[in-house]
Amino acid sequence: MNRTVNIISKNFKKYNPESIEEYLELGGFEALKKAIEMGPQEIISTLKTSGLKGRGGAAFSTGRKWEYSANVKGDKKFIICNADEGEPATFKDRYLLEYDPFKVIEGMIIAAYTTGSTDGYIYIREEYKYLHNKVRKAIELAEKHGFLGKNILGSGLNFNIKVVSGAGAYVCGESTALIESIEGKSGRPRLKLTRTSKQGLFGLPTLVNNVETLAAVPPILEMGVEEYIKYGTHTSKGTKLISLCGNVNKPGAYEVPFGITLREIIYDIGGGIKDGKQLKFLQLGGASGAIIPAKLIDIKYCYEDLEEHGASVGSGAILVADETNKVTHFLKSVQDFFIHESCGKCTPCREGNRQLTKIINRFVTGNASVEDLKTVEKFANVMKYASFCGLGQTAPTALLTAIKYFPVEFYQQIDRIRKTS
Amino acid sequence: MDKFKVDQELIAKIDRILESYDYDDNSVVNILLEIQSHIPENYIPEEVAKYVGIELGIPTSKVYDVITFFSAINDKPKGRHVVQLCKSSVCRLNKYQTIRDVLEEELKIKMGETTKDGQFTLRYSACFGACDISPAFRIDDKVYGNLTKGKIKEIINTYRGL
Repeated sequence: MNRTVNIISKNFKKYNPESIEEYLELGGFEALKKAIEMGPQEIISTLKTSGLKGRGGAAFSTGRKWEYSANVKGDKKFIICNADEGEPATFKDRYLLEYDPFKVIEGMIIAAYTTGSTDGYIYIREEYKYLHNKVRKAIELAEKHGFLGKNILGSGLNFNIKVVSGAGAYVCGESTALIESIEGKSGRPRLKLTRTSKQGLFGLPTLVNNVETLAAVPPILEMGVEEYIKYGTHTSKGTKLISLCGNVNKPGAYEVPFGITLREIIYDIGGGIKDGKQLKFLQLGGASGAIIPAKLIDIKYCYEDLEEHGASVGSGAILVADETNKVTHFLKSVQDFFIHESCGKCTPCREGNRQLTKIINRFVTGNASVEDLKTVEKFANVMKYASFCGLGQTAPTALLTAIKYFPVEFYQQIDRIRKTS
Repeated sequence: MDKFKVDQELIAKIDRILESYDYDDNSVVNILLEIQSHIPENYIPEEVAKYVGIELGIPTSKVYDVITFFSAINDKPKGRHVVQLCKSSVCRLNKYQTIRDVLEEELKIKMGETTKDGQFTLRYSACFGACDISPAFRIDDKVYGNLTKGKIKEIINTYRGL
């Protein structure tokens, strides 16, 4: 039974992304026309009703974010599409850029029209270099057809988009680090005394949205918000693109309605566990997400139910691990990632990750002590509450949830009690 | 290592790149990436970093701040083709170690090393978003996934002599 839906992913593999004519035939840019008829206020209230939240992981209300941006005054305002998809196990934005770049562009133009922005940037990670010129080509075609440039569709909106490349830094997915990088600096996050919607790129008002968030706007306007919120649950409305991967038979990016169970995702959509093995655990939302055990797979995939179990939707990554994997070994690879990607700006993240790595290594080699378990939790909590940006704050999530759900695997690796003064 | 020789041809290429970015120092990250792609050893030599700094009107230290921060920009020479094996948590579940062993055997070097003929560098990548075809590696800008031993040899052979 097919449990996926086609709202954001409607056009995937249905047209040649190098042909704007084919996109137009599929109803492309109709949402933009509708948006111009609606006007900024109505677009914002529609998005609020839709319940659309930031799909990069932060899950902040898109309607409210756009409202802030629209209310900020300025002659020059920016929109940044965050395509620095660096979260391990996440690749759904790649599908969007690869199979439906025009929808992302259309979403950006609607955002520009709503907030009165003049310049757009699509910040694509270096690892997706093969997509840079494809997206540039799409922008060029949109320009030729009058969807970008001066006085777009007679609305008075002047808007242009540029593609900027990342250079291999996970932390640049954080909006202020991303902005630093566009400004030609090393990508370390900024102290956020004011919102980026007021002071962002070059100190000017800037709206930063994830690829999927922007791509969700045209379908919502096109199908009508009433139709859109028929999908999902009461509090998690609509649909989500998930990146399903790991020890699963059919890995890939799929669109699902919120409220579907994890079991349906893994077995009906993903075709079950590879080689007929048993499921052991899942990691949701990428390397910075929680680990949950197989016994919880009947919970619903939506913001509120996951939160109840200490997990979150995050970027939409669903990583499946079978029974042959040791939790501690898995955590080591997660920790290797964070120690590599910590930018070093703040002490809790820089030193915290270093200490966590040391301790996890002891759990891997089997010579951890009882105190290590306590120390790990203490350090993890310092990181969670005192780190400068989301990277350090979420880095210990996997570890903390793993201890919660798989304590025995940690106890087994303890060989002594270390007397500390 | 011999000292890097900056020839007129390279200078002309760099100038063209700088010009395409209007000598805008905000674009230094993208400028360096593009310059690097024109240098066979896949790195930014000190002479080039200094030249870029002077042309953009920014101190060399600022150029190096960027070079050393971002993992896609190198400050030391690499092979003509950089083979990056993903060792993320996803590829760990899909046993990237098997792929590593085949690559090391095929290229006769260890991770982090460059072949004697300067053709290949083998290194890890933190994750390049090819988790749906994991285990995966990328050679230069191209990503290869769903790897098997036979497939790896075939892929590497297509790059030999290129």
